[in-house]
Amino acid sequence: MAETHNLQDLQHQAAVASKVYVQRDYNSGTICRFQTKFPSELESRVDRQQFEETMQTLNNLYAEAEKIGGKSYLEGCLACMTAYTIFLCMETHYEKVLKKIARFIKEQNEKIYAPLGLLLTDPIERGLRVVEITIFEDRSIGSGR
Amino acid sequence: MNNCEYQQIDPQALSTPTPTPTLPPRPAVEEERTRRKWEVFPGKNRFYCDGRFIVAQQSGVLPLTLGLILVTTVLFFVFDCPFLVKHLTVFIPAIGGVLFVFVVTSLLQTSFTDPGILPRATPDEAAYIEKQIDDSGSSTYRPPPRTKEVMINQQVVKLKYCFTCKMFRPPRTSHCSLCDNCVERFDHHCPWVGNCVGKRNYRFFYSFIVSLSFLTAFIFGCVATHLALRAQGGRGLIFALQESPASAVELVICFFSVWSILGLSGFHTYLVASNLTTNEDIKGSWSGKSGAEDPGNPYSYNNIITNCCSVLCGPMPPSLIDRRGFVPVEESLQTVSTEMELPMLAAKKEINVVGGPMPSQLPPLLCLAGSLPSTCNPPQPD
Repeated sequence: MAETHNLQDLQHQAAVASKVYVQRDYNSGTICRFQTKFPSELESRVDRQQFEETMQTLNNLYAEAEKIGGKSYLEGCLACMTAYTIFLCMETHYEKVLKKIARFIKEQNEKIYAPLGLLLTDPIERGLRVVEITIFEDRSIGSGR
Repeated sequence: MNNCEYQQIDPQALSTPTPTPTLPPRPAVEEERTRRKWEVFPGKNRFYCDGRFIVAQQSGVLPLTLGLILVTTVLFFVFDCPFLVKHLTVFIPAIGGVLFVFVVTSLLQTSFTDPGILPRATPDEAAYIEKQIDDSGSSTYRPPPRTKEVMINQQVVKLKYCFTCKMFRPPRTSHCSLCDNCVERFDHHCPWVGNCVGKRNYRFFYSFIVSLSFLTAFIFGCVATHLALRAQGGRGLIFALQESPASAVELVICFFSVWSILGLSGFHTYLVASNLTTNEDIKGSWSGKSGAEDPGNPYSYNNIITNCCSVLCGPMPPSLIDRRGFVPVEESLQTVSTEMELPMLAAKKEINVVGGPMPSQLPPLLCLAGSLPSTCNPPQPD
């Protein structure tokens, strides 16, 4: 509760100083994966290991969404046999994991990033191209930036 | 604190009235009805049913495709089936019916599903990328072909910069000039279905052409059998045709369709088995034209079954353009200053500030993320 209050206060008081974009990592092909390299702009704001852990968890979640295995084949075959009308009533595995990712990002924002003056944007809002990190000015601290 | 081009708050810029034709009416316009994102979509697509269905700007020959299929099948059921049911079996119209349903459903899904359109980069994102390009190259002259190289499965792949969408295209993505969108895993723009064929609707397209080949071959076979049965007993083909002229129409349509559709199905089966797209095949991206060393397709699993399964039965990716989401109404000065930097994008500003730190925006943002699955189901003809 305190963290949520903090997040909303942040939005009311703070101004956006800059935005950092973490790009996609295509080394393993077209699967959804983001670079885990720590952006230099965040050096003074957040712990490197914490950030890398967040990105790694995010990548693992996307890998789970796109995993090709027994369950996805079953879903695909069932969909094909019903002429894909099954998508009307059933939520796909990918969509379920996307909801999980949205919850994860919200939780990370509330617990870790908002108190540090940062905001992670869910990549789905940016077409799964980038992870947008908004850096807020630290007016409340009065650092005189 | 200063970004190179996108200063968020600059009191001096705020006071200059010049580059903001839309600024004065902004506060009054805040009361306007909230719009859905499809209404401000920058590509050349058309939307129906409040953003549920998406088609290309020109529907191409989709009405012709539908018309041909409908006419042929209806003629088949009306003129050929009664005779065949009497002389052969009742399964003939049953099989025909099932195939017809499959064909029409796949066709409509191919036409009305988002093929995998990539939303355009927000101005902040575009500026960030430009800054990175300029930092690494010369700042005064922009080199025309902007490419970035990545290693995929130990192979060098060049990513091109899309000037329309203002981003580096992911691998296998291509910009369709007819729809003015970047489409993921772009196969081709099909005028027969009136839409691009890309990552999200390739499986529908494939099942459409395969089921259509079966349907045309089936109708062709049945009509030929019908005419042969009628011509039995020395009465001749002309007599049979005179008795059932509709069969002649069906024969002609099916005869010409069968070759082209079967050929297309065979071609796409080859593409599926080698995990290629029509675009890559035509351009010869992986055909190893340079020397004897065949680089091969870095996306292929080198196993026909795995390739087929991953292309046709893989997880269904979500639509990235969120057609039915609401365009957030910005209220604070921060987005106003963004408008000032880009007066020409005034009409599209709502899309650009979705991730911004607006007071009222975060809950709706998360609601958008939460409601995404329900709005992005592949559209179905109800």
